[in-house]
Amino acid sequence: MTQTLPVTITVNEKEYKCEVESRLLLSDFLRHELGLTGTHVGCEHGACGACTILFDGESARSCLMFAVQADGHTLTTVEGLAPSLSSSPAGGKEGELHPLQQSFWEAHGLQCGYCTPGILMSMIPFLQKNPNPTEDEIRHALSGNLCRCTGYQHIVDAVKLAAEKMK
Amino acid sequence: MKPAPFEYHAPDSLEQVLDLISQHADEAKILAGGQSLVPAMNFRVVQPSVVIDLNRVAELSYIRENGNVIRIGSMARERHLEFDLSIAKRIPLMTETVPFIAHPQIRNRATIGGSIVHADPAAELPVLMLALSARLKAKKVSGERWIDAQDFFAGMFTTALEPDEILAEIELPFMPPRTGWSFMEVAPRAGDYALMGVAALVTLEKNAKCKQAKLVYLNAGDGPVDAKEAAKILEGEKLNDKLIESSARLASEKEINPFGNIHTSPDFQRHLANVLTKKALKQAIHRAEENLQ
Ligand SMILES: Cc1cc2nc3c(=O)[nH]c(=O)nc-3n(C[C@H](O)[C@H](O)[C@H](O)COP(=O)(O)OP(=O)(O)OC[C@H]3O[C@@H](n4cnc5c(N)ncnc54)[C@H](O)[C@@H]3O)c2cc1C
Ligand code: FES
Ligand code: FES
Repeated sequence: MTQTLPVTITVNEKEYKCEVESRLLLSDFLRHELGLTGTHVGCEHGACGACTILFDGESARSCLMFAVQADGHTLTTVEGLAPSLSSSPAGGKEGELHPLQQSFWEAHGLQCGYCTPGILMSMIPFLQKNPNPTEDEIRHALSGNLCRCTGYQHIVDAVKLAAEKMK
Repeated sequence: MKPAPFEYHAPDSLEQVLDLISQHADEAKILAGGQSLVPAMNFRVVQPSVVIDLNRVAELSYIRENGNVIRIGSMARERHLEFDLSIAKRIPLMTETVPFIAHPQIRNRATIGGSIVHADPAAELPVLMLALSARLKAKKVSGERWIDAQDFFAGMFTTALEPDEILAEIELPFMPPRTGWSFMEVAPRAGDYALMGVAALVTLEKNAKCKQAKLVYLNAGDGPVDAKEAAKILEGEKLNDKLIESSARLASEKEINPFGNIHTSPDFQRHLANVLTKKALKQAIHRAEENLQ
């Protein structure tokens, strides 16, 4: 029994019309159907945060949703932060890294980078709501994203730097 | 693509939901926030052949005051509970507790109804339902019924709902005047399920004696555990450290029944319950005293 359903989903300001199987996870849809492999998959049960995207502007785990549920909704993935063509829904400029990405670059906020897209997509709404976060608030906001390389300190530094840049 | 195949329905009215669930009760799963159901489907621990998604049913998502209660639609997200002003004013215990649940990314999707029906003994919202004497409205095609929170939780991941019923609404009375509250838990990492946690409520008489108390624990048995005896010995008394000590001992040694897990032994959970009860009672009493004037 394979059921497929038509969906229209806007991702990084581009509209996609596709047929998807009902059991297709949103994370797999983004990666395998749209080729947006910036959204990573670590655990597929909500624990690691690597698959975090913006769903109607709010951070959410794409591994805990089905692609059919995104029908009619607006998504932003890490590819939407520094877009090559259109202006970024999250506020970056063409041809440049988003200030949050730039800060991760400058403050060495990543090593292997596996966790980075999920962290960026968690920090975008966090910094929008908390433009002047304390270190404690930053650490708390990062608690839903696992990083197995950095020990977190440089990630915290990068988010602090980003808050400065984005003022 | 990890879950087993299923037939997907996304009705946009409650009426359609009830029709669907009456047709497919035994093989269907309701999909709310998906933050517990989808992991279980990804592991194939659960393999429903029909999934009924509530996310398009706008009439199930609301938080409103009505007389001296707050009514919450089962699809209100945990994030909505966290930032709702009328909850903050009328039921501050809930505002204080919700941030302990998971992470913002999870709370953006997870719903009050989903958490209550999931009935995880380690979850915060079922504890609040008992502490706040909630009433839960179950609906099915042929009608509706109200279930008191204390009759709703029927064991590990089990509730009083029938297979063709859904949880539609949660009714919470305002916290009474001169009431202090506290929620405390210990978790290995912010957002993780806690090793032990307690919600405490203390209502004082005008003369500052304790009129009513509540102590409800998470991860302390096969559902939320209401430590009635530990609360009762406080009632009618002028509260002091000795009473608080006895209450904490009664709750942690006699009334809770923690199982332990990979992170903790039952003994350590009892120790945590003792310490948390004392701290939470003190904070609740302090807040109630501030509300005495
Ligand atoms: C990483 C992570 C950490 C978490 N940490 C915590 C935590 O610390 N504390 C905590 O309490 N929770 C935690 N959760 C769980 C989260 O709060 C759950 O999402 C919640 O318990 C279930 O809510 P949901 O809306 O996602 O329900 P779903 O996952 O959609 O559904 C859960 C169950 O309830 C049924 N159901 C849902 N709604 C209804 C309804 N209205 N009527 C009838 N049946 C219904 C479903 O069929 C399913 O069986 C965590 C989850 C994750 C992924
Ligand atoms: S892959 Fe989604 S949270 Fe780990
Ligand atoms: S940089 Fe490797 S997991 Fe975070």
